[in-house]
Amino acid sequence: MPPARAAELARGLGDAVCLSTCFRTEVYLADGDVERAVESLEELARKPLASVAYRLHDEAAAVHLFRVAAGLDSLVPGEGEILGQVRAAYDAASPGPLLDRVFRQALRIGKRVRAETAIGESPASVPAAAAALAQQVFGDLRGRRVLLVGSGRMGELAAANLASRGASIAYVASRSEPSALAARFGALPIDLAAVPAALGDVDLVLASTSAPVPVVQAGDVPAQRRRPLFFLDIAVPRDVDPAVQELDGCYLYDIDDLEAVVAQSLSLRREAAAHAEQLIAEEAERFREWQASLEVVPAIAALRARAEEIRAAELAKLGRLPEHERRTVESVTAQILNKLLHLPTVRMKEAAAAAGGSEYADAVRHLFGLEEER
Amino acid sequence: MAEALFWPALLGYGEAALAYSSLRFSRLAIWGVRLGWLAQTALLAVQAARTDGFPWASRAGSLNLFVWLVVGAYLIWGCRPRYRVLGLSVMPLAAALFAVARFGGGTGAGERSHYGNLFLVLHVGFVLAAFAGFTLAAALAGVYLWEDRRLRRRSADILALRLPSLVTLERLTVRTVAVSLPLLTLGLAAGFVRLGERGGRVDALMAITVVTWLVYGGFLAARPGGRRGAHVLLGGFALVILVRLVLAGSHF
Repeated sequence: MPPARAAELARGLGDAVCLSTCFRTEVYLADGDVERAVESLEELARKPLASVAYRLHDEAAAVHLFRVAAGLDSLVPGEGEILGQVRAAYDAASPGPLLDRVFRQALRIGKRVRAETAIGESPASVPAAAAALAQQVFGDLRGRRVLLVGSGRMGELAAANLASRGASIAYVASRSEPSALAARFGALPIDLAAVPAALGDVDLVLASTSAPVPVVQAGDVPAQRRRPLFFLDIAVPRDVDPAVQELDGCYLYDIDDLEAVVAQSLSLRREAAAHAEQLIAEEAERFREWQASLEVVPAIAALRARAEEIRAAELAKLGRLPEHERRTVESVTAQILNKLLHLPTVRMKEAAAAAGGSEYADAVRHLFGLEEER
Repeated sequence: MAEALFWPALLGYGEAALAYSSLRFSRLAIWGVRLGWLAQTALLAVQAARTDGFPWASRAGSLNLFVWLVVGAYLIWGCRPRYRVLGLSVMPLAAALFAVARFGGGTGAGERSHYGNLFLVLHVGFVLAAFAGFTLAAALAGVYLWEDRRLRRRSADILALRLPSLVTLERLTVRTVAVSLPLLTLGLAAGFVRLGERGGRVDALMAITVVTWLVYGGFLAARPGGRRGAHVLLGGFALVILVRLVLAGSHF
């Protein structure tokens, strides 16, 4: 659903965040009404969702969000768009403290996984592989000129990918109307017969016609070239004469080669995913400890408040003291308080992490009479 | 003390040479280069402080200095994870030559040189610095040819190797030669001035060094690109090896 609709749905459910992409729609609730959320989604979808819906609670839900943000739950592991989508969903909602904490941690994990693993580095599609290989030859593609031969869909996608990395689509050569595609890229439309002449003026050739025979021959390549010339032949049958790759300074990758590069890079992403899962397990442990500490935080706060109350009351009994003496007494009593409470506080938090937190919290409340004030 | 500094330096270079063989240990290798070079710098400083005259006048001594210059140039130019393959070609050579320098007595201190300091600093220092640059350029050319070959073979894992681009490698080799050639010019000039003052004949080493100068000068003038340019640089490096390792004995 559109982002605005997702945000509206989340607001209607109270403390909630709705993440909706082309691959998933998920609603994250903090103590919300799950059935009401399901009903709202079914209203929007106009059909029952029981067969496709999944429900996760507490730590499992948090870990799922972490995996989504890291791109591990995507169709292509490590895809980068999902992190932006999670951020957009978080920014559009008004989450309470729990969801705020979970989403901030998820965004942090998403960045960490991408920084510390190779999960998003290698290309996961043929157009992206074509652009990455071009960068392997030329480095920065800014200022590199591309000749697009043919008006095939894959060629257009690859050209768009190159253009997004700074290359300039200089010419579009096609048997059918090249003008429309040329206009899209700000390129000069030329006839197929003009391709040999254009080869001297470009750095990359992207070929995707449906011609039955090669449209670029080795003899078309200018003899005295100082710059490399990179051919990406994604047509079937081939548009570029294989003899081109024997020429000095010329490189040729066809569709089979590009698909092999993509297969290799998906395999690397899967390996990197194993490392990413380890990072997520670490973050999940941190989340669990934090969540467990919530049991004892109110008790710790109440204990400190009570101790401070007693300290303030005893200080008030001192009457008027010279300023420096008062400050000294206040400082000493504060230090005594902190030292006395430090170890119990640490032990309660440790116990919370080891799932014994609520017992300790109850014991503290009882021992210090904090439960009368709850 | 000088001898004690040799082993940490060799250890650093050796560790780098091994660690560069795996992508996972690239950062460890970089630290090996840095620490090894620091140890060798300390070694050279001790030699300079304790030797009467120019400490690296001998063949083995000049080899010691040469290794330091090569690794120093590598540190400036390419000691980054993306240049792992460059490290893989430079560091084993550096470690091996450093060991050769040690066994030739080039890492000791406390000797007396037969030559005045200024001449040797200018002549030997500049020529060795130039050769260090040419060595790095040859390593870059080697990496270029290796990567070019993998691209021609349409290797599916070319992106996974995380190599610098071909154009970047070409640019770096030109810059390295552009910095090194003037150094060689100055070193040669100092040598010929001394030859003119004191008399003597042009020996084989001097002649080959002039040919080396012509090769690299021609490279900068013509700027042959692609594989041709890389082959020229490797040819020039063959001359450097000839001068440094084969003919050096007749010159010292």
